[in-house]
Amino acid sequence: MTTANKEVNELIKREYEHGFVTDIEVDTFEPGLNEDVITRLSEIKKEPQFMLEWRLKAYRRWLEMEEPDWAHLGYDRIDYNSVSYYSAPKRKEDMPQSLDEVDPELLKTYERLGIPLHEHAKLAGVAVDAVFDSVSVATTFKEPLAKAGVIFCSISEAVRDYPELVQKYLGTVVPHTDNFFAGLNAAVFSDGTFVYVPKGVRCPMELSTYFRINAANTGQFERTLIIADEGSYVSYLEGCTAPMRDENQLHAAVVELVALDNAEIKYSTVQNWYPGDENGKGGIYNFVTKRAACIGKNSKVSWTQVETGSAITWKYPSCILRGEGSVGEFYSVALTHNHQQADTGTKMIHLGKNTTSTIISKGISAGKSSNVYRGLVKFGPRAEGARNFTECDSLLIGDQCGAHTFPYIESLNKSAIVEHEATTSKVSDEQMFLCRQRGIDMERAVSMIVNGFCKDVFKELPMEFAVEAGKLLEVSLEGSVG
Amino acid sequence: MLSIKNLHASVEGKEILKGINLEIKAGEVHAIMGPNGSGKSTLAQVLAGNDAFEVTSGSVTMNDEDLLEKETEERARDGVFLAFQYPVEIPGVSNLQFMRTSVNAMRHHRGEPEMNAAEFMKLAREISKQVDLDPAFLKRGVNEGFSGGEKKRNEIMQALMLQPKLAILDETDSGLDIDALKVVSDGVNALRAEDRAILMVTHYQRLLDHIVPDFVHVLADGKIVKSGGRELALELEDRGYAWLGIKDDETAASSALSNSAN
Repeated sequence: MTTANKEVNELIKREYEHGFVTDIEVDTFEPGLNEDVITRLSEIKKEPQFMLEWRLKAYRRWLEMEEPDWAHLGYDRIDYNSVSYYSAPKRKEDMPQSLDEVDPELLKTYERLGIPLHEHAKLAGVAVDAVFDSVSVATTFKEPLAKAGVIFCSISEAVRDYPELVQKYLGTVVPHTDNFFAGLNAAVFSDGTFVYVPKGVRCPMELSTYFRINAANTGQFERTLIIADEGSYVSYLEGCTAPMRDENQLHAAVVELVALDNAEIKYSTVQNWYPGDENGKGGIYNFVTKRAACIGKNSKVSWTQVETGSAITWKYPSCILRGEGSVGEFYSVALTHNHQQADTGTKMIHLGKNTTSTIISKGISAGKSSNVYRGLVKFGPRAEGARNFTECDSLLIGDQCGAHTFPYIESLNKSAIVEHEATTSKVSDEQMFLCRQRGIDMERAVSMIVNGFCKDVFKELPMEFAVEAGKLLEVSLEGSVG
Repeated sequence: MLSIKNLHASVEGKEILKGINLEIKAGEVHAIMGPNGSGKSTLAQVLAGNDAFEVTSGSVTMNDEDLLEKETEERARDGVFLAFQYPVEIPGVSNLQFMRTSVNAMRHHRGEPEMNAAEFMKLAREISKQVDLDPAFLKRGVNEGFSGGEKKRNEIMQALMLQPKLAILDETDSGLDIDALKVVSDGVNALRAEDRAILMVTHYQRLLDHIVPDFVHVLADGKIVKSGGRELALELEDRGYAWLGIKDDETAASSALSNSAN
């Protein structure tokens, strides 16, 4: 083993810092999934009848679906009847009306995670929806947003308060028939975030959701729906953490984005679910379907993701570029170490004229991990003048990890232009020696080299989060040199 | 300042340095010359602490402290600087960020406060002019897409930024045209100081026309076979290494080259 490898392996040994458990009374369903469970879930959420029917339809279809096995992932079959489909902190009859009514234990939890929810300590300029296990426990800055006409609330509230919007758009981008995990989510989704930005409104602040899995043996199935009406703009960020547990936990989310004429959505993710221990025990199974429909002319959706957590990541944030001149972007940093497995990438489906897409993917593998980029760029027959640029770079730390790139290109239009670049490199002994010879210690050196590698993606993140993402990589890599 | 005694070192089990003895005092400039494969670069790497090389016996002290027991970064913080023969690229990490991290690591070690961004920029701009690098290069990735000459000037710039106690220059002249050689030499001459020692490793005499050494040592097969003053280098240029009983396929060609370059 070379020096850099030894160093990096030491650096990886750092413990997961969000691994604590909140001790709080909860209402949890017995494990198992059937129509009664779904009906109960819908009742608890006081959902309108259309929602229950929608769920049951999805469930019945899901029963006939097969779990996909085409990804470059290895894991034991999941027993979907051993998972609990609902867990929520106990609370009074009514929903908390203000943050003062939220359980202090919960507020403390989010404070510890660096997401203060209290009025006086709120993150400046960032509105937060905090989702704890199966429910949204608090949403900040609701009033100033409402003044601008922006709806920012939990999806459960949206189902009750804005049923016409929900009915119009839910499942239009990711139908329940789309794939196994999307089908499961449609049947049992428990909470998530809903955003509607009206015509011509530039959302006055960053919106964000912080997802926390706390309960054991519970799956988290959140559903997020963001609609940007004509000429509007919104920037949204999600963050995720979970306690350290020996069992694997399931997280199967669906995110749907809809951009109308001249609208722009910037969606950023900093995913730091518990990745499992150094022997590969425990960790979150993250099976997520994220898709955007750029249905309007000159609409734009930009996905930026920093993925450092989860035992397994199966995730392909995609754009359907239907509107003429619409733009899709995907910027990704995926870091895997120990026994983590990631199969992630994007799909850019060019249907409209002069649509363009950019894909920049940076995969970093350390330890015994496996890191896969899988991407599809497709041009429909009417995608005259469409073009894509793809750049996939892999950085290997050590000699026991793997990186793979599976790019798929399908073109039904001769005028479409595709550019694809791919590189694989290593953190070399020479780079480490240069840094150390300049007085820079090994941990700092590795983190500097890795951050440099990710620069093109980090610059796409909102400022505050770019700094966070850099730090997160630093923490995730700590212990990999020594 | 630097005292090397009977130093033996090997790489992948093959002995390269076979008993080096060398004393360098503060304020002195020493040149190590020798044919390819004689161990010149190995000596530079071993002093800087590259652990691809194994020290099998002997000792090295700097200001009476055991240098060999220190980690690479500790040696650097104590003032050992190596200007690399082939500086490596670090894509995406700007020169500015790299140098500032380095300068502040040194300052932290000395118990001094970190240099703020404005102070640092001012210093970096001044020094980049001194080595004839466009300040725009500060924003580019470390050595990323640099020409050979730019890489060498960047190394000298870092030496000027860090003001080391012992500057080791490994083939700093190789690959430079005559104008770049002049710039680099001026930079090195600016480093000369009473409290600083400079150790230059070079294959060619021509560098020594610009940076006049106090002492010249000839290294062959892992040992210093002859030491002398400035005149030794000139003698080597005229007579080649064969005069000292050293085989060097390149000698004839290289002295011809250095003559024509001059």
